[in-house]
Amino acid sequence: MLIFNIVNVKELIEKLEEEFDEVESGSIKPETEFTDIENWGSMHALIIIALIDMEYDVTLTGQDLKGMKTVMDLFGIIKDRT
Amino acid sequence: MEASIKHITYYLPPKIISNKDLSKVFPEFTPAQIFKKTGVKKRTHTSVDCIGSDMAFHAAQKLFTESEIDREEIDFLIYVTEGLDYKAPATAVILQDRLGLSMNIGAIDVPLGCSGFTHALGLAKMVISSGQGKDVLLLFGDTPSFVSHPKDFVLRSLFSDAGAAVWVSLSDIPSIGHFVYGSDGSGAENLFVDQSSTRNPLDQKWLDNNEDANGMLYGQMKMDGLEVFTFSLQRVPILVNDILKKNKLSFEDIDLFVFHQASDIILKSVQRKLKIPDDRMAYYIEDFGNTVSVSIPIALSESIKEGRVKKGSKVLVAGFGIGYSWSGTVLYY
Repeated sequence: MLIFNIVNVKELIEKLEEEFDEVESGSIKPETEFTDIENWGSMHALIIIALIDMEYDVTLTGQDLKGMKTVMDLFGIIKDRT
Repeated sequence: MEASIKHITYYLPPKIISNKDLSKVFPEFTPAQIFKKTGVKKRTHTSVDCIGSDMAFHAAQKLFTESEIDREEIDFLIYVTEGLDYKAPATAVILQDRLGLSMNIGAIDVPLGCSGFTHALGLAKMVISSGQGKDVLLLFGDTPSFVSHPKDFVLRSLFSDAGAAVWVSLSDIPSIGHFVYGSDGSGAENLFVDQSSTRNPLDQKWLDNNEDANGMLYGQMKMDGLEVFTFSLQRVPILVNDILKKNKLSFEDIDLFVFHQASDIILKSVQRKLKIPDDRMAYYIEDFGNTVSVSIPIALSESIKEGRVKKGSKVLVAGFGIGYSWSGTVLYY
């Protein structure tokens, strides 16, 4: 299968910032830890699962969520599976 | 022989839990934060004096008043609940007597939960289309508050207790479409009522550990929210497409999508994934919470009242959740 979706970390960050309505644009960096995001909670994990499913057609598992700390970790998972 | 839904009604217990009430128990959240997190403004919690079958009984009495149903004519009763009165006899049989129904009827329980309405409707259609009955009474009564730990914010804020009654009858016009069913028991542990029956009955240790929660006498619901969310996001779009295919309909043919009202974020994510326009998507979670098997009857009843479902409407109904179990069909109004 052709790799049609070249994932770019900048694009991922923009999408994340768009999803989290309490987060200002430009505040998330590749090294940002999810738990440091303002008002981080269990809802954010669900929002990430839905976003990654719809935008990248990648299914994150509970295990993935528990294992990743930073935005770069999430980027790595998506890159591995697209 | 075709079947159609003649009437739907529901019963809510009187005790309403507002976000202000919840905030008193969970002071770490303001009422506004609770609404933002859950999309629920109020939910109803019943008491031990009015369990699932009592709410189903009240809903049935409403059905007898609101519709033309003749209780003497009912020839099959299906009671859907996850909170049966006893392990034996079947609660549906007790309801036959309480409701004064004929003794010449079949009466069975279906302990299914979130996919309970769509499964029971499929069973009603089987009874009628196979000539085994003409008038089927479906009753629903679920009491998730009984198995939600008082300190479990997610469950206390999301779930709600309610009952419903639905009359399905022989009809000249085909108005209940083809069904899709699914079961995957490998998901059982992700949404589960622990220490609740024969496999793992509650014991003294359980009672002692839960002394501060009145012993959690009915067991305790445990939900892995991430897993249930992922299951819903993957499964519901497949279910919807399978229902459309089986009924030879296209996405555009459906006037209203009525899903089990699992949670606001599940509904929103599924809506987004399937690209369903707002005016064709049913949200009845804000004022009712997740009422388990009662959520689709409530959503259908409300959308009919609001005029969103009228003659000629095609409504896709889909239940999914605990089990995992899922099912659905198309209703032709």
